[in-house]
Amino acid sequence: MATFQPAQPVIQIDPRDNVATALAPLDAGAAVAVGAVAVTLKDAIPRGHKFAVRAIAAGEAVIKYGQPMGRATVPIAPGQHVHVHNVVSARAGGPAANSRHSAGGSRQ
Amino acid sequence: MSNTFSGYLRPDGSVGVRNHVLVLPTVACACHVAAQVSAAVPGSVGISHQHGCAQIGEDARVTFRTLAGTGANPNVGAVLVVALGCEQWAAEAFAGTIRAAGKPVEIVGIQAEGGTSRAIARGTELLRGLAERTAAAKRQPCPIDRLIFAMECGGSDSFSGLTGNPVVGEVADIAVAAGATVMMSETTELIGAEHLLAERGATPEIGERARRMVLDCEKSCLAYGADLTGSNPSPGNIEGGLTTIEEKSLGCLHKGGSTPIQEVVAYAQRPTRRGLVLMDTPGCDVESVAGKAAGGMNLMLFTTGRGTPMGCAVAPVIKIATNSPLARHMAENIDFNAGAIADGTTTMREAAQALWALVLEVADGALTRAEILGHREFGIRRAAPTL
Repeated sequence: MATFQPAQPVIQIDPRDNVATALAPLDAGAAVAVGAVAVTLKDAIPRGHKFAVRAIAAGEAVIKYGQPMGRATVPIAPGQHVHVHNVVSARAGGPAANSRHSAGGSRQ
Repeated sequence: MSNTFSGYLRPDGSVGVRNHVLVLPTVACACHVAAQVSAAVPGSVGISHQHGCAQIGEDARVTFRTLAGTGANPNVGAVLVVALGCEQWAAEAFAGTIRAAGKPVEIVGIQAEGGTSRAIARGTELLRGLAERTAAAKRQPCPIDRLIFAMECGGSDSFSGLTGNPVVGEVADIAVAAGATVMMSETTELIGAEHLLAERGATPEIGERARRMVLDCEKSCLAYGADLTGSNPSPGNIEGGLTTIEEKSLGCLHKGGSTPIQEVVAYAQRPTRRGLVLMDTPGCDVESVAGKAAGGMNLMLFTTGRGTPMGCAVAPVIKIATNSPLARHMAENIDFNAGAIADGTTTMREAAQALWALVLEVADGALTRAEILGHREFGIRRAAPTL
């Protein structure tokens, strides 16, 4: 588990993550350091919300805790807000999952 | 570290951190009388529900198991069963389970007594007798390794997976190292993390059972044609930064700590193993907490990011804020602020030690905020429609 630095308002839980979490509200345009990576925020990020640390392609997995947590629905640029407007669940929480299951023609 | 706490030793060898006198209505129709009787005897605990009749199959069995298990919980010293008289599960069935746990039980039936007022009068007389008997019980040194802890998260935000659940997980590891049992549940909130659970079984079969439990839950959701987003994660979860069920689950998983899963049990089923145990419950907190209480939990650690005041009818709930703004805003409901970890004013290790110390104080009798405020939520999981 990553450690919290009092002066750092962001946390990247796992080095494999392509998102980091804002620990305080961050303004659009702010420059933040995520480990060794410098990111300029393209959107205001509310407290507890995620932003992209690197580019995420449409359909690519969003990685947090070192694990897949959903898929981008559109291309996401570094510093952009990552949330329900550009990510869907790949599981029971998502419309893609529902259409995948019903396309098979039978409900289990 | 001492291996005892100050509690109530029960005839069946279990230990209680409280000594409740419980009023247990067998069916929805008995709840008003039960509530009036409980109100007449200060200090007694009443529960209320909408079930107990016209239920089928596993749904009926779950209702019985949840009510009977609540009465048999180690924190309960005595039970008054309030029945109507024509319901699906007879009062004697509940009484039998509770007596088998070594507790005194009385029964009052509305139809047998001749109506509401007579049942309230007779029930109050019986309950006062039970309260006098239980008042004689005294706390004594009890083994910590007989305690059953339960971990819950509710009103989660993205801090839940960063502060609250990880610190609860550290306490889970402390409790397991002390020989105790730790129950985790909320199956919906493991969807997306089940592959990690599968690796954590004490045996491959247990790991596979855990994985299947989660996948079966997902299948049920899909069978309804439902999109979970907006129900789980809830609107409050989403406002708090959680985007998908997978993200929520990956954060929720931390509250079980790092030890192997020893057993997977059904809703409201008492575990038979020590160590970390999974119970199959909904993510909905009212049903999840009641299921674990029926499974015998003594004390709960409950993290919240958005702020839920929930308690439990028969067990103390320690409410843990995941972030400092919540700990200030809803201070009257919060027992412990894990948000200090994100602020950098305490380390995860220091917070875990402080939380464990609080757990032992609560086990010894210190009241939690939910107890002081009178929160006694109770709810039964449904598995089928009523007919």
